[in-house]
Amino acid sequence: MATTADKVELDREFSELYRAHLRDVYSYSYYRIGNHHDAEDLTEQTFLQAYRHFERAQRESNGRPLRPWLIRIAHNLAANYHRDRSRRPQTQLEDASVLSEPHATAELVEQREELGHVLAGVADLPDDRREALIMRFALGMDNREIARTLGRSEGATKVLIHRAIKQLERSLEEDDDE
Amino acid sequence: MSEMERLLRSALVPVDPPGTLVDRLEARLTEQLDAAAEELADWELRSMRNPRNWVRPVAASVALGLAGGALVVVRTRQQQKRRSATGVKAIQKSVNEVAGDVRRRLNR
Repeated sequence: MATTADKVELDREFSELYRAHLRDVYSYSYYRIGNHHDAEDLTEQTFLQAYRHFERAQRESNGRPLRPWLIRIAHNLAANYHRDRSRRPQTQLEDASVLSEPHATAELVEQREELGHVLAGVADLPDDRREALIMRFALGMDNREIARTLGRSEGATKVLIHRAIKQLERSLEEDDDE
Repeated sequence: MSEMERLLRSALVPVDPPGTLVDRLEARLTEQLDAAAEELADWELRSMRNPRNWVRPVAASVALGLAGGALVVVRTRQQQKRRSATGVKAIQKSVNEVAGDVRRRLNR
């Protein structure tokens, strides 16, 4: 069993992990769930679960970054959330301010609409493709980190992201044609 | 970077958590940390009250005692080595003196 000194050090390291990745976990949760209320719950549950298993995760990480492990917890909780409610994530994000700051000019309104279509297209992608894009663009994760989070090889992850982008391009082109 | 990647970068921006979440989450995590710390402190106290758990501290003190004892033995051996080294040097010196004396007598 760990001593009090070990525990203090472990808690300090967990606090660092929390501070470094709170925004990542929240962003991931928000884009997976589609509303702030449930994204808050998911973020909270992610960190509480991470705290319970932190010691083991740190021991088994061999010094590698723990962000993929943390996002994997959020990923599993989000999967449970969707399974429990048997529903797809909302295609319309409730807070449009996420897309851009409110501006009055026609050009920016148009741009905002375009980004709205992109987000709707992302929400309609198959789960693994959507998650890979969220990790790449919202969290800025590289192929290696995404691969570790999704339990795939780096090569398979690269292909997954490429196909997701191609599918999204086709989907938006079809929307434009209609 | 393709046009679609540029659009994705603009659309999927990181989202800052609301301040209420930060406060609530930090309060809950602090509760967990405190509970875990109390549990650990209790465990340490309980373990010291139970003689079965004295094995570790006793073993530690025995190990410390053995280490100290071993250090004493090592020091004693080093001193003995130094002393015996001094004895060998003294014998060598007297042999050299005798040999020199013999050489001087023969040269006369």
